[in-house]
Amino acid sequence: MHDRVAIVGVGCTGFRPITPEQSYKEMVYEAAMRAYTDAGVDPRRDVESFVTVAEDFHEGTSIFDEYTPDQIGGALKPVHTITGDGLHGIATAYMLIRTGQFDIVAVEGHSKASNIKTLPEVTAYAQDPILNRPLKLNSHFIAGLEMNRYLFETDSTREQCAAVVVKNRFNALINPLAPYGANLTLEDVLSGPVLSWPLGSHETAEHADGAIVMVLASEEKASSLTEKPIWILGSGWNNDSPALENRDWAHSIYTEEAARMAYRQAGINNPLEAIDIAEVDDTYAYKELQALEALGFCREGEAGVLTLEGFTSPDSGLPVNVSGGSLGMGNLLEANGLARALEIVLQLREEAGPRQIENVNLGLAQSWRGVPSTSGAVLILAN
Amino acid sequence: MGMRKVAVVGAGMTKFVRRAQETAKELTWEAAHMALESCEMTMDDIGAVCFGTAPDAFDGVHLNGEYVSDGAGAWRKPYMRSYVGGGTGVFVPIQGWYHIASGLFDVVMVVAEEKMSSYYPHAQAAFMTIFDHTTERPLKPNLLWIFAMEMNRYMTTYGISKADIAQVAVQHKRSAADHPCALLGDANITLQDVLNSEVLAWPVQRFDVSPVSDGAVAVILASEHIAKRITDKPVWIEGVGWHLDTSYWTNRDLAYPRYVEYAARMAYDMAGIKEPRKEINIAEPYDPFDYKALHHLEGLQLADRGKACELYSDGTAARTGNMPICPSGGLLGVGNPIAAAGLMKIAELFWQLRGEAGARQVPGQPLRGLAQAWGDLMQVGTVVIMGR
Repeated sequence: MHDRVAIVGVGCTGFRPITPEQSYKEMVYEAAMRAYTDAGVDPRRDVESFVTVAEDFHEGTSIFDEYTPDQIGGALKPVHTITGDGLHGIATAYMLIRTGQFDIVAVEGHSKASNIKTLPEVTAYAQDPILNRPLKLNSHFIAGLEMNRYLFETDSTREQCAAVVVKNRFNALINPLAPYGANLTLEDVLSGPVLSWPLGSHETAEHADGAIVMVLASEEKASSLTEKPIWILGSGWNNDSPALENRDWAHSIYTEEAARMAYRQAGINNPLEAIDIAEVDDTYAYKELQALEALGFCREGEAGVLTLEGFTSPDSGLPVNVSGGSLGMGNLLEANGLARALEIVLQLREEAGPRQIENVNLGLAQSWRGVPSTSGAVLILAN
Repeated sequence: MGMRKVAVVGAGMTKFVRRAQETAKELTWEAAHMALESCEMTMDDIGAVCFGTAPDAFDGVHLNGEYVSDGAGAWRKPYMRSYVGGGTGVFVPIQGWYHIASGLFDVVMVVAEEKMSSYYPHAQAAFMTIFDHTTERPLKPNLLWIFAMEMNRYMTTYGISKADIAQVAVQHKRSAADHPCALLGDANITLQDVLNSEVLAWPVQRFDVSPVSDGAVAVILASEHIAKRITDKPVWIEGVGWHLDTSYWTNRDLAYPRYVEYAARMAYDMAGIKEPRKEINIAEPYDPFDYKALHHLEGLQLADRGKACELYSDGTAARTGNMPICPSGGLLGVGNPIAAAGLMKIAELFWQLRGEAGARQVPGQPLRGLAQAWGDLMQVGTVVIMGR
């Protein structure tokens, strides 16, 4: 059994709203080659297993697992798909290596959202086909309901949610990977069109295309492959009720539970003290506030106040979504969690360029699988 | 540090039927509940849930794994769905195995469910969307044609007759007559019945194919110290293996499943098996088509290439033979709710190795069994070896 597992290589394509000149296979190949070069491994010789995260309906292909091996160098090797977020993929690779049967495992996630002609309809097809689908609920409508309940129960405000947008899209301006950087004011965000009250369209991450690949290795291999291994200290994931009717609408219970699991492994009692930087789900702006509370960085109802005060800005108490988050980098479907983890890896390696935060040793990435799921994951990384 | 041992300690299975009245969630919970009851556990004892089901297109539900999660008992639990197409049923227990072997969990519930009848008018149409959207889908390939090609290739390469292959269907369907959950068990079926059945796409005839079905299966896995507390008859997962070949199946040697061979070698290595033909007492190869069981037995190194049908003609494969093959009745007899059918093979080995298989019990107190599934575009092999 291998106790310690590290991320030893990362690669990505950069993210763009449309990518007409590239197929998903070409994007994945590009990201994979970068990750393998970064890790100094030959996928055919060194990588022992591969994990892909994907969903059939996003790919427009049934049994999408069929189309995963070639572009990552996994043909005729142990490859499998997890229909989860990228952080579920990392958790899977982490477990595979810990069994002792594998030393080097690669994880791949991608988004070709621009290929999906009817993304809102596809997303709505995730709702309960018997109880909810007849109501013809748009996914943003459900998010609006959840946001409303969150604001109501925690005494948070639309301004506080708008502050998340202003911060993250401003952060994205100096991230060369991020397509949605912008210098907005609170007023710009609040005066934008409303998608589903109180959720405004500026508070919703636009989709983007791109691919991310990471290489994980056991302690022994990691030490020989790189001078900057990024250690996995904790990995947690959890599902709350999938039913709209009986879930907790104000709190992200799945994030609380996933964090508890990850903190226990990492031996973290006081996350705010221990963690230097966080990348959390912000596919809707209010989700960032909800996540910060669920992760135990502050008490219920405080995340919005702290955000408005600038506590989560890059040069403050707890930098959150320095990358720009999904609001700045784009919603990457299953690859969202990998994008969050990617930023933490770059920061911990001190390779984040102009957005590098000083003295970061411990980082956290969190993700959510989107409406209507209650599936979340948390990853804790250290240099 | 050595590897953590993982045992199967409980199993449950719904009836496999043509059209279940239950929803996917209900089927899933029925199997999960039976598995929990079988080892006197409750959801409070379960650390994580692993779920398997084949394409979302069957149910017409996006993020189908999320939708079914509470049926699988994954309320406020770590939960993931793994996916290797038709190979999923034997992959989910592998997923459960790595959850426990990693040291992160002690007890994991593994559930596989398939509800193919939701697809109207026939689940076959869901498979139209598994092919490459640019090079293959415009040709409107039908799954039966693809298997007809493969079966033809297999027969031509080794000079095997239709009658050689039909023995498999006869034996499996007869065996299934003893399975209380079976959909197509028939104690009186004959070779002539198979050979005279309706031609679907030559050389595939109706009785060469497993039925479209609904059903669910669940097993409970536990780490060594917990397993010994739960039962005095744990069945250990001794080896696991899986390999996925290239997407370009049209370039593949259709007569021999190399991906199954690689998956088997991985599992044999882990289990320390040097001579599989002597050390495997029961085999449950994947048999969605009768020729597939033969094809897979060869990939598994349990028969020489082109010679697997001899295991059936000389009685080796019979329930009372030297290496009983599919004593459950397999997919051809019990039914083929895809992911659930694979996990059914794991449940069968669990019951057989514990001596709890009732009328299906293989004599001689078998020590070790192998289950295998196959899937994607004639592309993936998944193998689990279990022993007492």
